[in-house]
Amino acid sequence: MTEAVAGKQIGRSVPRLEAHAKVSGRAEYTHTMRLPGMLTAKIFRSTVPHGRIKSIDVGAARAVPGVFAVYTGEDIRQVIPEPYYGPAFHDQPILALDKVHYVGEPVAVVLAADPHVADQAVQLIVADYEELAAVFDEVEAAKDKVLVHEELKPASTFADLKHLKGRKGTNCALDFKLRRGDVEKAFASAAHVFEHSFKTQKVLHLSFEPPASIADYKGDSVTIFTASQGPSFVRTEIARLLGWPENRVRIKVPYLGGGYGSKLYIKMEALAVALSMLARRPAKVALTMEEVFYTITKHPTTFRIKTGLDKNGRIVARQCAIWWNGGAYADIGPRVTQKSGFTASGPYDIDNVSIDSYALYTNLPPAGALRGFGIPQLVWAYECHTDMIARAMKRDALEFRKQNLLRDGRPQATGTILKDVAIEKVLDRIAELLKWKAPFDHGNGTLRRGRGLAIGLKAVISPTTSVAIVNIAADGSVTVYAGTIDMGQGSDTAIAQIVGEVLNIAAETVRIVPRDTDVTPYDMGTLGSRSLFHMGHAVRLAAEDAKAKIASLAREVGEPEGSNVPLAELFRKKYGMQAGNIVGTGSYKPDYVPPDTATGLTPNATPFWMAAGSGAEVEVDTETGRLRVVRLINVADVGNPINPKIVETQLSGAALMQLGFTLFEKMHFDGGQVSNASLADYKIPGIHDVPAMENETVAAWQSNGPFGAKGVGELATFGVSPAIANAVDDAVGVRLTELPLTAEVIFRALRDKAGNPLKDE
Amino acid sequence: MTTRTINFTLNGRVVSAEVAPHHNLVEVLQTQFALTGARESCGQGLCGCCTVLVDGNPVSGCLYLAAFADGSDIVTIEHLGGPNALDPMQEAFIESGAFQCGYCTPGFILMAKVLLENHPQPSDDDIKDYLSGNLCRCAAYPEIVNAVKMAARRKMAG
Repeated sequence: MTEAVAGKQIGRSVPRLEAHAKVSGRAEYTHTMRLPGMLTAKIFRSTVPHGRIKSIDVGAARAVPGVFAVYTGEDIRQVIPEPYYGPAFHDQPILALDKVHYVGEPVAVVLAADPHVADQAVQLIVADYEELAAVFDEVEAAKDKVLVHEELKPASTFADLKHLKGRKGTNCALDFKLRRGDVEKAFASAAHVFEHSFKTQKVLHLSFEPPASIADYKGDSVTIFTASQGPSFVRTEIARLLGWPENRVRIKVPYLGGGYGSKLYIKMEALAVALSMLARRPAKVALTMEEVFYTITKHPTTFRIKTGLDKNGRIVARQCAIWWNGGAYADIGPRVTQKSGFTASGPYDIDNVSIDSYALYTNLPPAGALRGFGIPQLVWAYECHTDMIARAMKRDALEFRKQNLLRDGRPQATGTILKDVAIEKVLDRIAELLKWKAPFDHGNGTLRRGRGLAIGLKAVISPTTSVAIVNIAADGSVTVYAGTIDMGQGSDTAIAQIVGEVLNIAAETVRIVPRDTDVTPYDMGTLGSRSLFHMGHAVRLAAEDAKAKIASLAREVGEPEGSNVPLAELFRKKYGMQAGNIVGTGSYKPDYVPPDTATGLTPNATPFWMAAGSGAEVEVDTETGRLRVVRLINVADVGNPINPKIVETQLSGAALMQLGFTLFEKMHFDGGQVSNASLADYKIPGIHDVPAMENETVAAWQSNGPFGAKGVGELATFGVSPAIANAVDDAVGVRLTELPLTAEVIFRALRDKAGNPLKDE
Repeated sequence: MTTRTINFTLNGRVVSAEVAPHHNLVEVLQTQFALTGARESCGQGLCGCCTVLVDGNPVSGCLYLAAFADGSDIVTIEHLGGPNALDPMQEAFIESGAFQCGYCTPGFILMAKVLLENHPQPSDDDIKDYLSGNLCRCAAYPEIVNAVKMAARRKMAG
């Protein structure tokens, strides 16, 4: 065990503060919590992808002994007249009203003290729908032939969505545009032009603690226990729905059994509140694993990318069009569309760029953010595309990237000058670990080997705010109030290390208060690898404020400057006993300039950039198409790592999650119905799927970061998929443009290449 | 709903519970004994989050009917270690950083303990085979293998 000592907190692998609670099984999660007198909700869900509700017969369900109540959307309206929620659009009803928009949409709820009774009663509900035409594909949805919603209802939160208010006749929830230079002219004079199209599939987070919320409504206040990555937003949104001031809404968040983006913004909370209001009892909504498949997912995408090169192989123009399949409700899709969309041209230095990024409604379960906020979908396309160009031009994939790499001091597509981005070091290190320049054994016979690499760039979402409090008790012990949610990424420990560094105490002695909006101040949300940077600054500032107050207390009680009198002694001198507090506060919001609405350009798109990539060695069995990842290398620029061990597990975990999305994970649909909604049919990576892995950070420093640090949680997802597809091409000469890379897909591609295509089933 | 009384040993104490035929072991542990270390996640016995030991054998508590526990000896994650000390396997999980969100961790720890009881010096393949019925969405698998090896080494060293 590392020793708990003061004076060197940054860069030390402090064991997680909550480690004891987690290994002893005593860590608390919302899904297993209970309140006295609590009722449990079970949800009746739509069986059609798009339809008008003709009738809902709840009579038989109501008659089941032990059922407390059965509610439909119309009942919800009694307590919340405008029951539509969402972070970007107020489009999602608590329970379906008038229409259903996807298979699995909540339509009615049974409440009972015994969850088994509720479960049984749900089976007796019968709904009748007038089925409407449905649209599932994002490119098809963009044609607006079938409309998912009659009218767009943007929230007032985001200025760039206001123009969509009341818009009719469209499925497009945001059309973000970026125009830099003159793309048409550059293409016209380009020596070579390449155009390819790529797709990603629908996958999901599958947190092992499924979504869960418990609401306890008391008439003039409501307390919500919830598995949420963003309690501040939940409070704001519930207060809005109720027409209340925020201080009557209290959100408490215990540990999260995984999140990865699935527990952001508002999910089950509004339903739990409405049920508790109607029932006048605490009400719990805790989903089963099957229901998770109908809750929130990752955006499938279609990405058409076109690149022009001059005769020297310099990229002179790039045109990107991305269609994001947002499903039936916008959730945070429009933010993904824009905030990731503006990086769609990749980490390359290109004078002429055009990006069109479309958020689209379809009749599928909604899509949100999943470990990368859209970036993995983009990197998949642009890094496959990069390799295809290099191959066609007979250029080395590494050298071609280096020739065109976007380096510090040069403008990214938005015009924002790149700073503190060690992407070249990342690329070089991947190449070094792969021994890129050395000869590579491509195998022979039916087992062929190949290798590939890929790099990605992300801008942290901006502008966002974090606020924190550092409270020093009269015995000198330190408590931190910070709204960042520790869902496994180790943020509590990193926060303690930053506070410990400022106050010169061991991180292990710092207590992080469990999240509770009655005590923890505002934080925008635990998302997009923003917390270590933003909350890191807020707690640093709060600790510095507290430190200044300690100095003034020392002066007040007559201690000389720099005296090492224990803190507890200072309190005793001032208050005559062990009494009092020192409270330091800190708040952080980075500078930001919104993009020009016409061009998408801005001199300051983001406070920091994240760069990462992967290298892969693979083996393909040409007789079966079976793909084995022999070796996976993940390298990232995380600035200065606050906790090296936690950083490494974050890189490893993110890469393995993306490996699942690359090799086998896929939600299958049949007429809008998920046909593999269980862990039995939807395979995720297990212990046997772990390849030989190396995870590294490069020496880097984020000059505006807290102690040189920046985010890490998503980084190792960026390059995994394209690195593997590039390696497959290197091994067997087939190019796969759609995820996942299953044996069947590879085998079909091999047969196509051999001029002997397999018949479709 | 007819219920019946079952008697069993839970974490070293003789207890009884009123159970219906459809109650599984996890919900009885959670609702009647406030033990939430075993958690239902996939509900199909595939993820291992609900692992408990019945007469020394690991079972998926989400599929194991509580009525079957009658007369048996049940051990949950909460029984490991003492008031001031953790079990060596728990220590090894902490030192190896073998978890992130922690939801699946109790299942892995119980399974790994049974592994070492049956195979005191497991190879990497032994560990992977034994733990292949436990899933971790945070994918802390490399660290979990390290933790089991660390605990095995220490156990052999006495």
